[in-house]
Amino acid sequence: MNVPAELSEHALVRALQGIHPQAVAAASVFRQQLIIEVPSSLLRTVCECLRSHSDFPFEFLADLTAVDWYPLEPRFEVVYQLLSLQANQRLCVKARIPGDNPRIDSVSGLWPAANWFEREVFDLFGIHFNGHPNLRRLLMPEDWEGHPLRKDYPVEGYR
Amino acid sequence: MGHAATPVVPSARTMVLNMGPQHPSTHGVLRLVLELDGETIVRATPDIGFLHTGIEKNAEKLFYSQVITLTDRIDYLAPLANNLAYCLAVEKILGIEVPARAQWLRVLLTELTRINNHLIWLGTTALELGAMTVLLYCFREREEILRIFERVSGQRMMTSYFRIGGLALEPPLDFYPCVDQFLKMFPGRVDEYEDLLTENRIWQARTQGVGVLSKQDALDYSISGPNLRASGVNWDLRKAQPYSSYEQFDFDIPVESAGDCYARYRVRLAEMRQSTRIARQALEGLPDGPVRAHAPGVVLPDREKMKSEMEALIYHFKIVTDGFAPPVGEAYVPIEGPKGELGYYIVSDGSPRPWRCRHRPPSLLNVQVLSKLLPGHLLADAVAIVASVDFVLGEVDR
Repeated sequence: MNVPAELSEHALVRALQGIHPQAVAAASVFRQQLIIEVPSSLLRTVCECLRSHSDFPFEFLADLTAVDWYPLEPRFEVVYQLLSLQANQRLCVKARIPGDNPRIDSVSGLWPAANWFEREVFDLFGIHFNGHPNLRRLLMPEDWEGHPLRKDYPVEGYR
Repeated sequence: MGHAATPVVPSARTMVLNMGPQHPSTHGVLRLVLELDGETIVRATPDIGFLHTGIEKNAEKLFYSQVITLTDRIDYLAPLANNLAYCLAVEKILGIEVPARAQWLRVLLTELTRINNHLIWLGTTALELGAMTVLLYCFREREEILRIFERVSGQRMMTSYFRIGGLALEPPLDFYPCVDQFLKMFPGRVDEYEDLLTENRIWQARTQGVGVLSKQDALDYSISGPNLRASGVNWDLRKAQPYSSYEQFDFDIPVESAGDCYARYRVRLAEMRQSTRIARQALEGLPDGPVRAHAPGVVLPDREKMKSEMEALIYHFKIVTDGFAPPVGEAYVPIEGPKGELGYYIVSDGSPRPWRCRHRPPSLLNVQVLSKLLPGHLLADAVAIVASVDFVLGEVDR
């Protein structure tokens, strides 16, 4: 676990560790924003518990996107920006997944808003979301080849 | 954009109707695949992507300062709100503090942007429901705002006036009387719109009880901004998580509980009045001082200094040709945009170009929720509902 000592007592880090002892793979703070990395296998469980957490009910999925760290491995980061209106608290949750057959569990069953967010990430990064009800391209044409936001996809496209 | 595989299989009772992408009341190139039973919508599938231009991909190849011009083009009805969210995100990674005068001018101009956005929303929505006068009135006032934008930035729509670390320039002197005149005139004009619509029985019949979005659905579908407040949730980022010195302004958050098209109309009209109030406070209490942060290497030096000081000339040359490199890090900064939570998620790898530049689009979510809002309504009401949620396709598709 890569959690700095000053963060190990943070209420949100404790809350996640309460959900699952291995839930926090890493935690950091950059410019007062808490970023917690969760093992991709635990992501859905953690999100499910966070959504109905008694102290921090993260009922609002503000954003879901991905970052491609090509050529580093694990290549992709899926980034969830959670918001709790009740506690007026934001939390950035991340999961790293490998570049070879990238897959992660869908959270569209928890937050319906994730449906299109995940389709967009699938479309532009080629990350598959297990259990998504309708995982099709969202922005690019259905027969498009490649995933434009991947770093090995040229800006001017393939010619 | 799924032309081939749109998963609508009509049953014996229903028929499929394509609305758009070329249709005047879809506000751009939105395609709605509607499955109808008689005139009742059974299923609605929005199909988007016709305007996708890869803005987020392009941003990865530009210097941080160059990306600002792309943000204007995402939501072209609220350019300064996009500029603000982007600049705040980059400033957060850089750790730059923007001077008070620049923050207040940013507030003033983003509130004018909000009025601009709501005017177009009101005008086009009323037009969809057959009230053409309102459109002409709204565009008359919008023209005044565009003139203010032109005065201050040289551009009517693609302003790019907010820069990382402050503003492009000190506004010209005739900017202030212009804003003052607009703010004096505008509340009377909102009364005019209200006279035309609020008590209008046709308007009420077309909007009340139509397209009801419950509080829970609004939260589940990540609906924010005026749409969320029309569903009874008192949540506004300007109050809840203030940025750019909004905590120093005195204003109210209009909230309605019905969640229908009429409630969304009421909230937006009340917001225009509140925005006028904020802009008035910003104009009258505008602090003195510089409009650009002292951050050599990031903020361009003064034009005047460049004529007499060698260092200023060198800095200017370096920033323009090499850009500047923020530290490694990332920031998600949301603001209360006119259409909802408008956020920028920027990842910096320590190079002069953003590694990832994500625009969190409120419009996308406002379109997504249509599949929830439309079923059960008559086809004629689809027009009212689509108009009432407020989106711009440039932002949906990016």
